[in-house]
Amino acid sequence: MLINILGLLLIALIVWWFWLYKPSDISLSEDSIVVTVENGIYQPSRIKVSAGQPITLTFIRKDASPCAATVIFPDAEISEELPLNKAKVIVLPTMQPGEYSFTCQMQMYRGTLVVD
Amino acid sequence: MESNLNKDGDHASDKDSWGVKNTDVTQELLIEGASCGSCVAKIEGALRAVVGVDTAEMNFAQRTASVTGNVSSEQLIKAVERAGYNAKTRKNESDEDVLEEKEQADLSYYKRLMREMTIALILGVPLMVYSVIGGEMTVTTSTERMAWLIVGLMTLGVMVFSGKHFFIGAWKSLLNHSANMDTLIALGTGTAWFYSMVVVFFPSVVPDMARHVYFEATAMIIGLIDLGLALELKARGKTSAAIKRLIGLQVKTARVIRDGEEIDIGIEQVLLSDLVRIRPGEKIPVDGVVLEGHTAVDESMLTGEPMPVEKTKGDRITGGTINKSGSVVFKATRIGKDTALAQIITMVKRAQNSKPPIGRLADVIAGYFVPVVMIIAVTSALVWLNFGPAPAVAYAMVSATTVLIIACPCALGLATPMSVMVGVGKAAEAGVLIRNGEALQTCSKITAMILDKTGTITVGSPKVTKIHLANATDEDDVLQKAASLEAGSEHPLAQSIVESAKERDLKLESVEKFNAIAGRGVEGMVEGKHLLFGNEKLMREQGVEISRYIDVAQGMAEQAQTPMYFSVNGSLAAIIAVADPIKEDSISAIRRLQKNNIRVIMLTGDNRATAKAVADKVGITEFFAEVLPEDKAKKVAELQMQDEIVGMTGDGINDAPALALANVGFAIGTGTDVAIESADITLMRGSLHGLADAIAVSKATLRNIKQNLFGAFVYNVAGVPFAAGVLYPFFGLLLSPVIAGAAMAFSSLTVVTNANRLRLFKAEEH
Repeated sequence: MLINILGLLLIALIVWWFWLYKPSDISLSEDSIVVTVENGIYQPSRIKVSAGQPITLTFIRKDASPCAATVIFPDAEISEELPLNKAKVIVLPTMQPGEYSFTCQMQMYRGTLVVD
Repeated sequence: MESNLNKDGDHASDKDSWGVKNTDVTQELLIEGASCGSCVAKIEGALRAVVGVDTAEMNFAQRTASVTGNVSSEQLIKAVERAGYNAKTRKNESDEDVLEEKEQADLSYYKRLMREMTIALILGVPLMVYSVIGGEMTVTTSTERMAWLIVGLMTLGVMVFSGKHFFIGAWKSLLNHSANMDTLIALGTGTAWFYSMVVVFFPSVVPDMARHVYFEATAMIIGLIDLGLALELKARGKTSAAIKRLIGLQVKTARVIRDGEEIDIGIEQVLLSDLVRIRPGEKIPVDGVVLEGHTAVDESMLTGEPMPVEKTKGDRITGGTINKSGSVVFKATRIGKDTALAQIITMVKRAQNSKPPIGRLADVIAGYFVPVVMIIAVTSALVWLNFGPAPAVAYAMVSATTVLIIACPCALGLATPMSVMVGVGKAAEAGVLIRNGEALQTCSKITAMILDKTGTITVGSPKVTKIHLANATDEDDVLQKAASLEAGSEHPLAQSIVESAKERDLKLESVEKFNAIAGRGVEGMVEGKHLLFGNEKLMREQGVEISRYIDVAQGMAEQAQTPMYFSVNGSLAAIIAVADPIKEDSISAIRRLQKNNIRVIMLTGDNRATAKAVADKVGITEFFAEVLPEDKAKKVAELQMQDEIVGMTGDGINDAPALALANVGFAIGTGTDVAIESADITLMRGSLHGLADAIAVSKATLRNIKQNLFGAFVYNVAGVPFAAGVLYPFFGLLLSPVIAGAAMAFSSLTVVTNANRLRLFKAEEH
């Protein structure tokens, strides 16, 4: 019985941790947002920017896995190769307020761009 | 560095454009000897003073200066030296360097994975063999406990050495509230190891029957997944073969003529309007216009067109193509990132990374997959614990581990991009540039194809097709006189007469008393003879007897040719027919489309008689003549109302709205930049066979994507329940975690391999 309750709690924890929890927005000064790609994640992964102006993101990939090699902004129709251990600047067009995801080719690395 | 990066970045948001010409080149200089902030202003000032420099900015921290403008680097270096410092050029990173670096990185990662795989399997394979041949995998005696403890510690070593990256990745992404393939592998192998260690240390906690260790599973799974990743990395390299080939076409040096001297310089130092010499057998370094010489150029690498193309003064030549026979001097008109080849590379790269709509569902699923699998694993463990046979704990552990291990959505995520990568590259090899994944998918569904006539079905420039002699006896004599008369005229048909005379090497004479009669033709005196050249009206008004030849002229008109009467001293010498000839292979290309059950429709601004004649010749039954440019787009809309998926092919500025409106717009690459920018797909060679090729490649790619998606879905949808033990109550079947590890390692490899199969695809021979 106890084990079943623990199991259900574990499931609830999974749902909350991965889906319901919203990490706090990380907002940096507009012209120097650096996203590090390392160990399977984008850091920061939730980036807040203001609407109405082009957004410049600098990606630095430290992850040798080929999965990390491409970053895709599906809404902006941008897909760029990220060289290993090198800065890559990506300029996004002006965007409407909203949440836009950016991912790797396989959707395993995920980040969100919050425009408001 | 900074400006370099920005340039790259800008590119990301740029629309692909062939028409936009950036005449300014940004050059990077490394400055030596600048020791204080005040040097900056001095150096910048010196650079700005050089003629041709637009902007010059120095980054003191990096000791670099970035200069824009159309100047040579030597001039800049001299200017800096005069100011009292030293400077060197810094090479811009070429695509080739980037590619090489990527290959290096991939290779070292591959080696690391293979090393890690070897260590893991050295432990895993003997353990596995031992368990398969019936070795005792349970812990009962204290000797066994000791032995298994050692094995357990060795497995821990493998987890650290070979599987470290899974565990670090899993932990980091867990903290980040995201889950990925690392999460599943770390959880699966970690659970198996942890359970086994509990059995070793505290056997009493676990029921007798469940005192089984699973160290072999942990080591084998880590080894197999490393192997899978390594093989996938290798196979992935092949999918970018087409891009590699295109990048390989770029030339490293060019021979330019400066101040009357021929010098070899690096390709990045070639400036706009530089004179470049090309010798036989050399690759052409940048785009330009031929100034002198005559040669044949092999353009097959860009256009897929196997026949060499004749080039002479005034013709455009493209960087990356190979000069065959002659030596020419040309003026550079597009350099660096603006050359056609550079733009093609950018365009293909981007298209390769975009996704057709068919792949989007798989993406959404892949994004939610990992947490769902974790929930399934917990649920299946609970079900085994409550309802499973003894030893329930062991069964619960095995099923949960197997579910976690088999369920990696990698194959799902890779299914689409890998095929698109190969498909788009394949199309590029055939001279078909596909701009994005969406166009690739829609292209396979086209039901109606609209073709513009002039420049698309036909060559696009009128030529003399026939000279019917009346009272004259020599064709060359007629043509020479007519051309001499027309040399002063600006009428497009007149141009074709002059061109024809030039082709036959006829020398033109000077004209006196030249007079253009609006709506009629022209008259003038050549070599003392009175010449008239024009339509029927002109002849009648001037009293030239033509009644015997009216039928001949009418016959020409019915064959889409424009007849023009030519008289010498009041007597009809000949009727010259001018027509825009149909491209040699238009007929067979259109037949190929029709064979694919595509409704082919021709649109033209020309008159009905010409339109009908051309349509008849190429086998098109449906055509619309005298269509205004804005009505072309309307025709597209009309067809779309009839539920047709419409492809539109055109080359002119007037086709642009229709190209943009069509479901898929095809531009003829020899056409205008505006048309190319409005289109989704560009046919690099003028031939309409590109249409059928594009459709064939797109169908093959879509088929390949569907196979991949099917394989990936079946693997995950069937694999997860099987691993959870759904089949156990009926057949007593349960998947071993090691088999799951092997399946997962090879699932993405299968997808990548299947995508590579597309490389063997050949468009129908024609």
